Amino acid sequence: MRNNNKQTDPRFRIAHREALIGCGLAVINILWWYGFAYGLGSKPPEQYTYILGFPAWFFYSCIGGFVLMVVLVVFVVKFMLKEVPLDDEEKEEGSQ
Amino acid sequence: MNWAVVLPLLIFLVVIFFVGLWANRKMAEADGFLSDYFLGSREFGGLVLAMTMVATYGSASSFLGGPGAAYTIGFGWVLLAMTQVATGYFVLLILGKKFAIVARRYNAVTLVDFLKERYKSKAVVLISAFSILVFLFSAMAAQWVGGAYLIQSLTGLSYIGALFIFTLSVLVYVTAGGFRAVVITDTLQGVIMFFGTLILLIAVIMAGGGITNIMSELVAINPNLITPFGQDGQLNAAYVSSFWILVGVGVIGLPQIAVRAMSYKDSQAMHRAIIIGTIVVGFIMLGMHLIGVFARPVMPGIEVADQVIPSVALEVLPPWLAGIILAAPLAAIMSTVDSLLILVSSTVVKDVYMNYIKPNASNDTVKKVSFGVTGIIGIIAFVLSISPPELLIFLNLFAFGGLESAFIWPLVLGLYWKFANKHGAIASMITGIGSYIAIHLYNEAYGNLFGVHTVTVPVFLSLAVFVLFSLLFKQEPYEFPANNINK
Repeated sequence: MRNNNKQTDPRFRIAHREALIGCGLAVINILWWYGFAYGLGSKPPEQYTYILGFPAWFFYSCIGGFVLMVVLVVFVVKFMLKEVPLDDEEKEEGSQ
Repeated sequence: MNWAVVLPLLIFLVVIFFVGLWANRKMAEADGFLSDYFLGSREFGGLVLAMTMVATYGSASSFLGGPGAAYTIGFGWVLLAMTQVATGYFVLLILGKKFAIVARRYNAVTLVDFLKERYKSKAVVLISAFSILVFLFSAMAAQWVGGAYLIQSLTGLSYIGALFIFTLSVLVYVTAGGFRAVVITDTLQGVIMFFGTLILLIAVIMAGGGITNIMSELVAINPNLITPFGQDGQLNAAYVSSFWILVGVGVIGLPQIAVRAMSYKDSQAMHRAIIIGTIVVGFIMLGMHLIGVFARPVMPGIEVADQVIPSVALEVLPPWLAGIILAAPLAAIMSTVDSLLILVSSTVVKDVYMNYIKPNASNDTVKKVSFGVTGIIGIIAFVLSISPPELLIFLNLFAFGGLESAFIWPLVLGLYWKFANKHGAIASMITGIGSYIAIHLYNEAYGNLFGVHTVTVPVFLSLAVFVLFSLLFKQEPYEFPANNINK
């Protein structure tokens, strides 16, 4: 149509990468959540072990999973996301 | 009336009221009325962005219905609720910077603005505006009723009286202050929700004699309460996992959430919001639902699910503190209602009125129409809430999953797939909503199809249809404009 020879906005490449990171985080979150909940929680309740008072499946899946996601999210934000300008006016690249 | 409980609630309402007035002042200084009233001039920082997302998303069900279900069902329901942690990071990472950049180039103030410019199709605009109006208005009215019930049960006023107070407090600050008032009050409400959860959780654990003690009492009541499968073993893994779509990743398709992904100031605000949002949403969901489970041995025999949190707060806390804590569910309801109100209003004003009725209305007219429409929608919601019609209750059932199935692909693929076109978008929206309603009715009659939540099949169907129709009526690959479309 138009601009076919024009290169894609470099900020879009960053955005695409970050969207994939988001999907990766969700996959890790789901697998961890599912694995511990149904891996440890499927036996009869008499055989449950407890951590800090909680059934082990719940502790790892929900409490541990939440803490894990917070740690991962902080890591991703600090080390993998890039600052970019959102307005087109100030187009100088590579802030920081 | 228990004044020790009511007084903190009153103070809360008064503070909210003044935030509305302050935002109205601030608006006078802004240069563009529309983008300020409906989007707060895109100037929000990390904390505010995170809080408004959490508060908009966290509604009556996170504070009343959800913990009430956990009270009956046990840890299985807490597991289900934890699928919502994803909303903290997923929406902002996926829509992320691209949506923010493109929305600025398009001068988009609403989700429909984005779709209109991306697909350049009148049908897309009309279908999406129509579904937002119908479904979100019903969702809003349902929360409206919930807010009135909560005030009624806390103050002992009549339902009409409670409804009147609720309407008055929401309507004044939203109408006067617009989106800025909505997000600033959301932030305040989010903070109340966070600390309310923390205090009540600690109080319930203490009242129950520690976690270990509570756990053994739960086992004594019914050992299934501490399994992932629910008190009757009714929750299977597939059903619980399908909530990852409904309340986890699918939330991206909710217009009231998506519009927030274009309201932030800069990428730093987005980065901070991802961290804060994940922590806050995870903590509130985990905490509130745990409170529901822990309340079981502390206060056995509560019949009505929505009464669990109010009853247990009044039981384990001194009245004045219970009043502050119970501002949290009220805050949750108000922060959802206000966002829906401003969104429905923006759909009427920006997407319908300015697109098709009066495209060259003067700034002054737009201003009057915006205030007027917001006020009138609120009054209609008030009148309908006096005795909610069946149709409203019926439509509300589709508001969440139906809108997700309608908007998720036109939004996400519109951003990331250059072959996405209007044929795909139209087909996808119709399929999403249509199949959602059909499968909902089927599930009501015959039990859950494939044992999963209603939303699952429509989300995949609308994806398939989107891709199919986009390729069938293939167009040139879409390039986003390199500059602002008005320049």
